Amino acid sequence: MDNSSRKVTIKAFRFNKETDYLPYYKSYEMEIGKDELILDIMNRIKWEHDGSFSYRRSCRHGICGACAIKVNGKATLACKQNAIELLNLFNNELVLEPLSEKRAMKDMIIDKKDFWDKHEKVTPYLVADIDPHPEHETKQSIEEADNFLDADLCIQCGACHYSCPVIEVNEDYFGPAAFVAAYRFAIDPRDNAGKERLKETAKMGQGVWDCVKCFECAEACPKEINPIEKITKLHNMQFEQGVAKSNVATRHAEGFVRSIKKHGFLDEADIVLYSEGYLGMYKHIKTAIKMMKAGKIHWNDALPWVDNVPKSKNLSEIQKLIQISMTNKL
Amino acid sequence: MSQLHYALYTGCTAKQSTPELLSSTLAVARKLGIKITILEEASCCGASHLQDFDEFLAHVLNARNICYAEKLGLTMITICNTCQLNSAMTKHALDTNPKLKARVNEKLAEVGLEYKGTSEIKHFLYALTEDYGLEAIKDKVVTPLSNFNIAPFYGCHNIRPSELHHKSNGGENAYVPKSLDNLIEALEGHPIDYSHKNKCCGFHVELQANHTSEVLSGNAMVDAIDNNADMLVTPCPLCHLKMDTYQDDIGRVVGRDIELPVLHMPQMVALALGCTPQEIGLSFHVQPATQLIAEAKA
Repeated sequence: MDNSSRKVTIKAFRFNKETDYLPYYKSYEMEIGKDELILDIMNRIKWEHDGSFSYRRSCRHGICGACAIKVNGKATLACKQNAIELLNLFNNELVLEPLSEKRAMKDMIIDKKDFWDKHEKVTPYLVADIDPHPEHETKQSIEEADNFLDADLCIQCGACHYSCPVIEVNEDYFGPAAFVAAYRFAIDPRDNAGKERLKETAKMGQGVWDCVKCFECAEACPKEINPIEKITKLHNMQFEQGVAKSNVATRHAEGFVRSIKKHGFLDEADIVLYSEGYLGMYKHIKTAIKMMKAGKIHWNDALPWVDNVPKSKNLSEIQKLIQISMTNKL
Repeated sequence: MSQLHYALYTGCTAKQSTPELLSSTLAVARKLGIKITILEEASCCGASHLQDFDEFLAHVLNARNICYAEKLGLTMITICNTCQLNSAMTKHALDTNPKLKARVNEKLAEVGLEYKGTSEIKHFLYALTEDYGLEAIKDKVVTPLSNFNIAPFYGCHNIRPSELHHKSNGGENAYVPKSLDNLIEALEGHPIDYSHKNKCCGFHVELQANHTSEVLSGNAMVDAIDNNADMLVTPCPLCHLKMDTYQDDIGRVVGRDIELPVLHMPQMVALALGCTPQEIGLSFHVQPATQLIAEAKA
C-alpha cells in the first residue's frame, strides 16, 4: 500500500437548509499527510478554506459518535478513519457527504430525529427492580456478559442506520442500531423487559422480519458490532421465548425445516404455499404462470401431492441431525 | 496449469427454478476444462431463513455439507451468493469458536462425520476470475460480447460482510467491487458504471415486505437502464429470480417500463465461450433473453 502524502482534491456536499434550495458540491485542494484522519480534513476545510463548513465533532477518539459521515458512500467515523487509507481504496478521490442527504440540515449535519425516535421504541436501557440496599452484588457469569459485550459498544453514531436501505423505503422500520440496543438489553439476565422488547421487534413492518439481509450494517459499523448478527439472534430469541406468532415470515423461516426434513433441499413451491397459506397464494399465481411458461417451474410443482423435488443423497443423516439438533419451535 | 477440480454445492435454486444456472455452470466448466464433482449429499444452506429460526441447526447442516467437500479434499464452490455466505458464515463460526465446533461435531459424530475446517469455500465467479484467471478466459472467447452494455449486479452476499470474503472469496472492496466488471471486459463486453451495482435486490423479504423488495430491485434496474444497459448480469440466482420473474411488478411499483434481460454470470460466460443455446438456457427466462444469442453474433 502506498502511504505517501499526496495532493488531492476533496469534494464536499454543501447545503444550508435555511437558505439553499438545492445542495451543491464544492472542491478543496490540499496536501494530505499519512497520519491525517477524515476529521482532520474536515477541520482543514473549515480552518483553511471556508469557516462556514459545518459538521459535528466532539470526543475525537471514537466514543461520542458525533462525527459519522459518508465518504464515497461508505459510512465512516471521521475521527477514526485514516484519509490515505480511503484515498487508496477510492482511487485518490474523496467525496464527503452527510450520513443521509435527505436529512441534511447544514453540510455534514443531519437531523437524526428518526434515529432517536426508533431507539426510544425498544426501551434502550436496563429495566429492573433494583434493591437500593442490596446484601450482595448482582453477579453474572462471563458467558452471560460475553453475550452483549460487543453490542454494548454501540455509540449511536448512526452509521449502520443510515446505511440500511430499508429505512429509506419503510419509515416504520426500526433499523439496525435500534435492534442492537433491543438485543443488548433483552439478552442481559439482569433485565426484566426482554419479552416486551422482543414483542416490539417481532411486529411486522417495524421489526426484524423486514430486514432484507443486505449486510450493509455489518459493513458500516465503525465499532465492528455486526448488527445483523444481533438481528439473527433476535429472530432466534422470538422462537426460544415463544414470542413468535405464526405469520408469513415466521412460517417462512420455520418452513425451511419442514422442507429439508422431507427432501434435504428446499421445496421452493411448498415454502411459498406454506408461508402464505392457500389464500395468500393468489398473489403469486401470475408470477407462477409466467415461470411455467418460461419452463422455470412445472405445472405440478405446486401440487402438494406431487413430489418432484430433488432429494439429497443420505437424506436419513439430515433427518437425524434435525431431530437431534433442533431446539426451537413455532 | 494443472486441471482445476472443485466440489460443486449446487444449492436448491439451481436444481429447481433456475435450471439454466446449473446447465450453464457445467457448460462453462466443460469448455474451460474445469473438473466438477457435484456434492449430491448436500442439503439446503438455510438461506438465512433457517438461521433465523434455529441458528445452531443451520450450523450443523452447513457443517455437514462442508464435511463432504473435505472428504473429497476439494475446495467447495457455490453458484449462489446466499449459499456462499451462509456456508462461509458456518465455516467462520466453527473455525473461530472451538466450543461451537465441538458442539456441532458432537452432533455430526452421530452420523459418522467430523467437521475439520480443511476445505475453502468459494463462489464460482472467483474460481473463474482468480483460479482460472482472466487472461486464460480471454484466450477462450469465441463470441466476444462487444455488442453489449452489461450492468454487473454483484449481489450482497458475495461482497458483504467483507471480512468473510477476504480469505478465499474474492476479497472485493464492498464499495467498489471489480470482479464482474473485469470478467465482462475479459469477454470483450462493456461493463456499465452505475451506483446500484453493489446494492440489495430485496429478494429476502419478497413474501413479507413485498413493497420494500420491489422498490430496492426497481431502483437498481432503473439505474442500470438509465446508464444504457442491454442486460444485467448477476452471480446470484436469487437476484436473478427477483429481477427476472417479478420484472412487471417491479416496473409498476417504480413507475417505469422495464425490459431488461437478467443473466446468470455463467450464462454470460457461456455465451462468450460459444456454448449451445440449450446449455445457456436463455429460454428459461421470464423476460425474453433468447434474442441475445443472435445479437451477440450480429
